[in-house]
Amino acid sequence: MSDVRTPIPSNGGDWLPKFGGLWKSQIEILKDKFSASIEEVMFPGDDPTDVPVVYVKKDSIIEVLKFVKDEAQFQYNFLADYTAIDEEAQPRFEVVYNLFSHSKFSRIRFKVRCGENEEMPTLIPVWIGANWAEREIWDMFGIRFKDHPDLRRILMDQRWVGHPLRKDYPLRGYQVFTTPEPIDPKLLQD
Amino acid sequence: MDHFQQSLNKTMDLRIEKDPDDLWDDSKVIINIGPTHPAMHGAFRCMAKLNGEVIESSYSEFGYTHRAKEKLGENRTYHQFVVYTDRLNYCSALINNVGYSMAVEKLMGVELPTRCVWIRMMASEIARVADHLICIGISAVDLGAFSFFLYGFHQREEAYTLIEKLCGARLTTSYTRVGGLMHDAPDGWEKEVKAWAIKTRSVIDEMDKLLTDNKIWRIRTEGVATFNKEQCLAYSYTGPSARAAGVNIDLRRDQPYMYYRNVEFDVPTAQNGDSFDRYIVRIEEIKQSLNILIQCAEKIQKGPIWSEDKRVRIPDKDVVYNTMEGMIHHFKFFMTGFDVPQGEAYTQVEGGNGEMGFYIVSKGGPRAHRMRIRGPSFWHYQGFDPMIKGKLIGDLVAALGSINVIAGEMDR
Repeated sequence: MSDVRTPIPSNGGDWLPKFGGLWKSQIEILKDKFSASIEEVMFPGDDPTDVPVVYVKKDSIIEVLKFVKDEAQFQYNFLADYTAIDEEAQPRFEVVYNLFSHSKFSRIRFKVRCGENEEMPTLIPVWIGANWAEREIWDMFGIRFKDHPDLRRILMDQRWVGHPLRKDYPLRGYQVFTTPEPIDPKLLQD
Repeated sequence: MDHFQQSLNKTMDLRIEKDPDDLWDDSKVIINIGPTHPAMHGAFRCMAKLNGEVIESSYSEFGYTHRAKEKLGENRTYHQFVVYTDRLNYCSALINNVGYSMAVEKLMGVELPTRCVWIRMMASEIARVADHLICIGISAVDLGAFSFFLYGFHQREEAYTLIEKLCGARLTTSYTRVGGLMHDAPDGWEKEVKAWAIKTRSVIDEMDKLLTDNKIWRIRTEGVATFNKEQCLAYSYTGPSARAAGVNIDLRRDQPYMYYRNVEFDVPTAQNGDSFDRYIVRIEEIKQSLNILIQCAEKIQKGPIWSEDKRVRIPDKDVVYNTMEGMIHHFKFFMTGFDVPQGEAYTQVEGGNGEMGFYIVSKGGPRAHRMRIRGPSFWHYQGFDPMIKGKLIGDLVAALGSINVIAGEMDR
């Protein structure tokens, strides 16, 4: 069954008829403007995805996201989700940006391929709320973000070893601490 | 002019230095609130540096209830994962169940019978009312209004009785299945829901009268913990907390799923984005949800609750016990799980606190390759430190109660 690639009917079956034209024009604009940076586009109907997935080169992702946030034809002003996937391939990780437009009510997804020891650019200048999401990606996958102001672990203890959502981390990889995590006075300095 | 300004500054400095009321003498105290403090709604903590009563800086920490749900999602079958979704936002577990099942159905392309969707909608709205009642009730208790909480809590218990009639559990429901429901609603359940909605509507009016114009409540919440529209968008706020600041987005209206197109409801918004606005938006949302419930109770029809898609249909018990094929189907279903075709989808529902998203990447097979859960509280709690900076320590409680951070969906 695993090779079945059925097209995904969208939520209620109406996303592709509703947003298909908009998505096509948006991808045309992106391909024109960032022709050197766009690696691949997955489009619903042709590929097994619910919204278009645009693979962007790592160095230009911040520029692209800034563009789609403010440009009149895009207006993807809302960072709905920000996460990563361990693909167990070369390059190892995919960092995923799920965007939502509050004016057009359409969604789109951007992805960046990132190697194991590479640094990602930080999204905080575009959406300040990306801060904790990036900390979570560092915590869970071990992807570093360049120029992140406070790249500490967020869900796990600061003394944790390893990154739990990597595929090579064992399911029962318990680590037990007998003392509570100490308060870091540096974080309260002005 | 400069000279004047300088001398003024000097006098101001002197005045501050010699302020007889400044008992703390500008000293800083670091206090640690949580993880088991009663004012923190769940296991998370906030370290605050105080100057007198003013919070000068703070940082928050959570993860105490991290149960590795995303890792488990990669190691459990799609059917097994339903129970884990209860423990996300445990105040409105049914919405998580519905959202998760919708996510897998979207990946597989499963069509549902109408009765199943109506019951899911009604269950979601009951859960939303219960969620909002507990949020406004507890935030009022934190600020000293106890009887208000009891009015809401009684109706919430009644709501849980309705949920219990659906699935036998009150809090951890696990009610939905991929492609259907655990059980059909019992006979007359719709009528009971309608009666409960009408009763709750009058209780909400009473609660409204009791607290909304209360002077102490107003002083404690108005202008407290303000988060404006720009901040809400920058911090990815959704749900009632964002609508209180004027972000006019409700996924039930703007990206309609299930049958929200077929019911009429308003999306209440406010402008100031303070604690009071978050409270009043929730009160109005409860009224709208009750309206939706009454409309659903009138529109729901008898019919099947299971999709006839053989991939996901759990065989009925008489088929399992009386036919060999049914027994094998049942065995295969529960021992190996069903295959989900390769693909990826992000499915969102309007949860109690905001956008509840499930981003599932499938590479085929009975387990997900990546099971990402987007809990709104994760993003809301991030705005907590900027929200309380420079405010009084007592306002921290008002802020936290009104954004309704749920540790379950934050820590996952």
